[in-house]
Amino acid sequence: MSVVVTGLGATTPLGGDVASTWDGLLAARSGVRRLDEEWAADLPVRIAARVAVEPTEVLDRVEARTLDRSQQFALVAAREAWADAGFAARSAGDAGVDPERLAVVVASGIGGVLTLLAQYDVLRERGARRVSPHTVPMLMPNGPAATVGLALTARAGVHTPVSACASGAEAIALALDLLRAGRAEVVVAGGTEAAIASLPIAGFAAMRALSTREDQPDAASRPYDKARDGFVLGEGAAVLVLETREHAHRRGARIYAELAGAGISADAHHVAAPQPTGAGAARALALAMRDAGLQSSDVVHVNAHATSTPLGDVAEAKALRTALGDAANTIPVTATKSCTGHLLGAAGALEAAVTVLSLHHGVVPPTRNLDDPDDEIGLDVVRFEPRALAPGGAALSNSFGFGGHNVTLAVKAV
Amino acid sequence: MSQQEILAGLAQIVNEIAGVPVGDITLDKNFVDDLDVDSLSMVEIATAAEDQFGVRIPDEDLKDLKTVGDAVSYIEKAGVAA
Repeated sequence: MSVVVTGLGATTPLGGDVASTWDGLLAARSGVRRLDEEWAADLPVRIAARVAVEPTEVLDRVEARTLDRSQQFALVAAREAWADAGFAARSAGDAGVDPERLAVVVASGIGGVLTLLAQYDVLRERGARRVSPHTVPMLMPNGPAATVGLALTARAGVHTPVSACASGAEAIALALDLLRAGRAEVVVAGGTEAAIASLPIAGFAAMRALSTREDQPDAASRPYDKARDGFVLGEGAAVLVLETREHAHRRGARIYAELAGAGISADAHHVAAPQPTGAGAARALALAMRDAGLQSSDVVHVNAHATSTPLGDVAEAKALRTALGDAANTIPVTATKSCTGHLLGAAGALEAAVTVLSLHHGVVPPTRNLDDPDDEIGLDVVRFEPRALAPGGAALSNSFGFGGHNVTLAVKAV
Repeated sequence: MSQQEILAGLAQIVNEIAGVPVGDITLDKNFVDDLDVDSLSMVEIATAAEDQFGVRIPDEDLKDLKTVGDAVSYIEKAGVAA
């Protein structure tokens, strides 16, 4: 059973769609800005990567008003991916897809935290009777998946894996399982996150996980650089249309790449700190390669998790050396978060989409802000300019999350 | 407040919440069957109407407000009582 990628959609700090996001990555643009809003004034960190295009500019007003921001992002990205896959109508039946063979897997790391916070304010200031009846459907973590499932009339199942910053990648791994198990023929899979608000920022800042480089927002996210000091919170969504190769062939769909395998492991080491040796991540990498039938010599590119934290980036580099051996020294690696910031539950999905595009276009976007590479990393990290890839081969995309979650996706060129 | 004023105010609320064109919101229309207002949006409409017209619409009364005319009459009477 072969599973292929036939559609891509995204709304990110670099652009309101896949094309503008990809252009931004190739140009190594930064989506990180200062937060000048009043609510951010007293926060220890006042930088973040907001989406480039507000979803309310794209969605119908009435449609958008009962959706959490994370649901709005997911809907924008899912509609783009659906159309990109060549489906002319918005609902499955009208587009020639059996709704009972269409599933949705859309992850979120935190869920509808903006709704939770806003409605808690309503509760305190105006009382329980003024809390919106849409509160629960807007804050539940499966809300974005439900939104997409409703929009596309997906009836084979709607799912939401939650594994912090690995959620988006885990969604794609679950989609692969669904297709292989025959529970669906098409799966719309991805991740979304909208958590740029005082409480999440304060919480991440309290963990000392965030960069505090406020004087230079566009230089704050700097994976692998000696001067990295934490990640930058981002927001957005990315969605992929996955289907069995047979289904894609039957309808004559354009195929970007094959989703050839996935590897999932858990550290059981610490709730937030990475295993210093990267052993858990190395197992996810090895499992993904085995699942996809890949040798180290088949791997032509790695899209790293690389959030720009001092410990995490080193642990991942060790994991890559463990899993890939000497090949890890020469495989071109990139860190998408250097441009986009960290989209948490959407990051793995966005980076899977970027990995697919890297193979499809034969070019790896550069890592921004890598001025002075950390000697402990020892990888061939692409910087300054995009790097061309020879046709063929396979690429790996890593995602790790608080809780010790490790997910690696393996993508093959077609 | 006249029935016309209540209807106009209610129509604005229904338009804002459910996106129904103001001109379609007439006394004979059923919220669910004609205007496609779901139960959650109906709660929102009731809350907004309470704020705008200074009345209270308990849940046991809300379930009986099937048409726009039902709601307008209810608000009219509740307003007089208040």
